[in-house]
Amino acid sequence: MINMASIMTSKYLPAVSAETTGCVGRPDWLTSELSTGTTIAAIEFDGGVVIGADSRTTSGAYIANRVTDKLTKVTDYIYCCRSGSAADTQAVADIVNYHLNFYKMERGEEPLVKTAASTFRNLCYNNRDSLSAGILVAGWDKRNGGQVYTIPLGGMWTRMPVAIGGSGSTYLYGYVDANYKPGMGKDECLKFIANAISLAINRDGSSGGVIRLACITKDGVERHVLTGDQLPKFYEDS
Amino acid sequence: MSSIGTGYDLSASQFSPDGRVFQVEYALKAVENSGTAIGIRGKDGIVFGVEKLVTSKLYETGANKRIFNIDRHIGMAVAGLLADARQIVETAREEAASYRSNYGTPIPLKHLTDRVSMFVHAYTLYSSVRPFGVSCLMGSYDPTDGPEMYVIDPSGVSFGYYGCAIGKAKQAAKTEIEKIKMKDMLCVDLVKEVAKIIYIVHDEVKDKNFELELSWVGDMTGGKHELVPKNVFTDAEKYAKESLEESDDSDDEDL
Repeated sequence: MINMASIMTSKYLPAVSAETTGCVGRPDWLTSELSTGTTIAAIEFDGGVVIGADSRTTSGAYIANRVTDKLTKVTDYIYCCRSGSAADTQAVADIVNYHLNFYKMERGEEPLVKTAASTFRNLCYNNRDSLSAGILVAGWDKRNGGQVYTIPLGGMWTRMPVAIGGSGSTYLYGYVDANYKPGMGKDECLKFIANAISLAINRDGSSGGVIRLACITKDGVERHVLTGDQLPKFYEDS
Repeated sequence: MSSIGTGYDLSASQFSPDGRVFQVEYALKAVENSGTAIGIRGKDGIVFGVEKLVTSKLYETGANKRIFNIDRHIGMAVAGLLADARQIVETAREEAASYRSNYGTPIPLKHLTDRVSMFVHAYTLYSSVRPFGVSCLMGSYDPTDGPEMYVIDPSGVSFGYYGCAIGKAKQAAKTEIEKIKMKDMLCVDLVKEVAKIIYIVHDEVKDKNFELELSWVGDMTGGKHELVPKNVFTDAEKYAKESLEESDDSDDEDL
């Protein structure tokens, strides 16, 4: 599929290898763009969606924020998972939030998830040359229930029952393909996402910190944080 | 009923001493001079019928239609100045298309009605333009929200209706419409009633020739607004003509 994408965007620097990081000259974290290196994931179930993300924001090798919240609200029932450039995704999410507020006021009802995703897509596509943003839009609306839309780098959009994104997602394709089955319930989905993020954190240097989860249904949003010992454990060679 | 607004009726930017904007009222008069258009909201869709007055036998049949498609799921029937109406149709189409482009879904009718009303209203504010001499009936069907119908008049005001009429015979048409229990009727039956009403209210003496236009949108068309199919049209027209003859016959018996 798509996406070696959303790896740290150090577009304007010469390649820096691991051995020379932090050596003579300027450390890369002084000059690298802030990236939500990231692992993000979202899944639909009957009645809503579950979304999850890690909490690491990096600037080169420096972790600028180890408790980032990458699950950003755009309406009471629609959230987005942000990966790529922190600045770009925050700016886009703010604009979408503005548009959807306006929409809600004019129409007197909550926007559809599809509407939110379309708004994201228009911004990402029309500004594709300037942006570095991979976004998952997920939420609940009364017409179509829980929905997940993925909007990777170029600005295409598509609805998927389960979606992953960010630099850590490369390590999850196997896990998702092997373990996803349609018809999972809310608790199964929470476990599935938590496991996925945890596995990616174990392998991807740009992902780490805590696991943030959110479950969106007709009753609103329930947020969870898994810290330290609470992270799902897998085989480790020690 | 009609009063002269001497001096206060020269531009839409002027009120009269009794608080009326005469230009808007004159625009309403323009609508009242045009052939009748009616719309009925049934259980599973909307039906529009238009009495299209034909002033010359030399005209091509089917020319100058008064029913338009705004988007796949929305139809508009107009009464008044046809050229003005075409402007409104164009604006409504642009509005619907841009909504689809921005939000990825077809525009809800209420939203489109609000936008078109605002557009029509804007032309009642300035002395450099005149108000539109058009009333529009807009109807749509959505599987979740059901059928909806709105009317916009030249003042920019809009209302939702189960049944309404605009144009020269609107009073007579409204009386006929009120007799119908439309909330429980399906469009396949309403289409015949609509044709009948148009034939009833048509004035044979003053306006010799007319063409009937019928359109519908609903569950039976899969949410697509279209002119009714040929066989439905023929049946509806036949029913309408037969009903007229029956009532003519009964008149004679009374004599």
